[in-house]
Amino acid sequence: MTHRGSRTLHVGSLTRVEGEGALHLEVQDNTVTRAQLQIYEPPRFFEAFLRGRAHTEPPDITARVCGICPVAYQMSACAAIEDACGVTVDPRVVALRRLLYCGEWIESQTLHIYLLHAPDFLGCDGAIELARTARGHVERGLRLKQAGNAILDLLGGRAIHPVNVRLGGFHRAPAPAELQTLHARLTHALEDARLTAAWVSGFEFPDTETDADLLALATPGTYAIEGGTPAALRLDGNLSTFPLHTFLDRVREEHLPHSTALYSTLDGRRHLTGSLARFAISGRWLTRPARDAAVAAGLGDPWEGAVCRNPFRSILVRAVEVVYAVTEALRLIETYEPPSRPYVEVPPVVGTGHGATEAPRGLLYHRYALDADGTVTDARLVPPTAQNQGAIEDDLRRTAQAALDAGEPDDAELAALCERAIRNHDPCISCSTHFLDLTVERTRSARTV
Amino acid sequence: MPARVGAAARWSEEAGVPTLAVFKLASCDGCQLTLLDCEDELLSLAGKVKIAHFLEATSAVLPGPYDLTLVEGSVTTPADTEHIRAIRAASRRLVTIGACATAGGIQALRNFADVEEFARTVYARPDYIDTLATSTPVSAHVAVDFELRGCPVDRRQLLEVITAHLAGRKPDIPDHSVCFECKRRGNVCVTVAHGTPCLGPVTHAGCGAICPTYGRGCYGCFGPAGRPGPTGGSLSVNLPALIPVLKSDGMDDRDVERFLHTFNSADFHEELMAARQEEQS
Ligand code: SF4
Ligand code: SF4
Repeated sequence: MTHRGSRTLHVGSLTRVEGEGALHLEVQDNTVTRAQLQIYEPPRFFEAFLRGRAHTEPPDITARVCGICPVAYQMSACAAIEDACGVTVDPRVVALRRLLYCGEWIESQTLHIYLLHAPDFLGCDGAIELARTARGHVERGLRLKQAGNAILDLLGGRAIHPVNVRLGGFHRAPAPAELQTLHARLTHALEDARLTAAWVSGFEFPDTETDADLLALATPGTYAIEGGTPAALRLDGNLSTFPLHTFLDRVREEHLPHSTALYSTLDGRRHLTGSLARFAISGRWLTRPARDAAVAAGLGDPWEGAVCRNPFRSILVRAVEVVYAVTEALRLIETYEPPSRPYVEVPPVVGTGHGATEAPRGLLYHRYALDADGTVTDARLVPPTAQNQGAIEDDLRRTAQAALDAGEPDDAELAALCERAIRNHDPCISCSTHFLDLTVERTRSARTV
Repeated sequence: MPARVGAAARWSEEAGVPTLAVFKLASCDGCQLTLLDCEDELLSLAGKVKIAHFLEATSAVLPGPYDLTLVEGSVTTPADTEHIRAIRAASRRLVTIGACATAGGIQALRNFADVEEFARTVYARPDYIDTLATSTPVSAHVAVDFELRGCPVDRRQLLEVITAHLAGRKPDIPDHSVCFECKRRGNVCVTVAHGTPCLGPVTHAGCGAICPTYGRGCYGCFGPAGRPGPTGGSLSVNLPALIPVLKSDGMDDRDVERFLHTFNSADFHEELMAARQEEQS
């Protein structure tokens, strides 16, 4: 704290986010001059050690980028390598992949809603503290999360780093009777998901909007999850798509001179992926229960093109997506037909392939180049949090500025508000495979033991 | 200064309630997430311990010392070599969880490569990257009271380790191979029946033989079985005998090396080198 109106605020260990990060805010004469989400997640070099591996290995290897969304990594890796090899999988295998992915959506979005995000709106430190006053709510959240994990356990063998996924499909496809065992549980989960949406819609939301362009995959006829074409919704309402193979020409990582962090931009503008983007771009394809939950939560009618740009309200959209994922899982189970073979062979071909899927926190892009014998010669992973960093920092700046304009928040209030602004985006810092902002740690105040 | 040990030595304020801390180094968060995946037990566990430091779950952070500390992740930066010492100093019992913390994890693949080359591959400005040439387990830096394996750890085993430590007894974590669990589960052996390469005979039990149950060969995510580590185990691994089997199931030398060089590469590597030496002599 220096003279009045100027200060530097540093929160050394962000809590209730996945991975480890810090936030840094500089204020001069009541104006925010710098707002940074800093990453101190040590580099793990996935893109380097993927070189030289067999083309069958990235699904298992890249799952370990992130324990929170391993299915997303497995699915994007399969999509990219199957694209490189020119292989199309059986639609019944695609349906099973979507079901597995629904499990991860239910688990991960519910984890964020109840354990990481809701405590911000209810003024407590975490869900365990929350359980002292609102045990019923927390128990419902855990039950709902567990329903997502039940899908992952059955279809994947385990919830974290599932073993049953392979290039071309699955090692083993479940018998219809096995899937039926999930049906009753998911029917119950649908009620829990509805109650979740109703619960969070009673929270209070600060009034603010992001001006970032929204980027999500689009597949006409469905709410895109396990594939689609990148679609960008600009601030002026203009919607356009671009071919996936041009992704790295459009979404570029830049090293800005005033910062040591890497920023992704879409066509040179800051962009946001994740729930808000999907809801805006694919909302018309939500199922009726999900659409009804959205309307009841005050998000407007997604069938009529409702858009939500308030990051604080992302918790509502996540709850709507959980309702959707449960209804979708139920439908996939009801219409399940076992594929004749659980996987197709994917013989290696020299070439490059692209794959993108919707991880719970946003679009996850993979690109692989292969040799004739299937050896990976190059790999690129672009996780959602890396793309969202510019929008998150803009939110930080805007939120902090609004608080400074409205009154005289002390450091603790300002820090709490900024942490909330970051958590709105459910950043997955472990996923941030190539942030650059790592040297800052030397000068930073340390983590507490 | 990379880490600060909490103020005065004091146990949890709520007398008689042990404190639990969870720390992370280089990792994917999957092992600590396993704790949040214990949905049925989470709230009752929270009634028995005071969660004093668990950044992913709560903003309430208490200074050490801690009665039981779980550490996920491997040591890969100069700062973390300091951090882990401070964590050790603040912990009565320190348990490492997962392949990263017990064996260096997938990021230990750098140990067999040129880390500067790695940094250049991934980062536009490798000069900003502050990293060590190796990824090492926590036990290479400080004394560890127990190591729980797996990538990720198994939910039931994690609960057993916590419960045992709270009760002051030794965790009941058998040291045999995945093959035992496969037999117990009544699986048909994937190698015998389908010629599928499988690391089950040399891999530490704990998962319940998930992969063979799904018709897939074990890929060794729990690391070598019976490996003598800082917290016990006796070497019963028979990798030299397994390698010819893997080869007769269609793997060449490069496949075998890749198979062993994944999530526990640093541990399996030594076994692989020993096997190669045996082959040559
Ligand atoms: S051991 Fe595996 S699951 Fe656990 S933190 Fe490391 S990479 Fe993640
Ligand atoms: S069978 Fe092997 S690879 Fe599969 S989960 Fe168990 S230990 Fe891991």
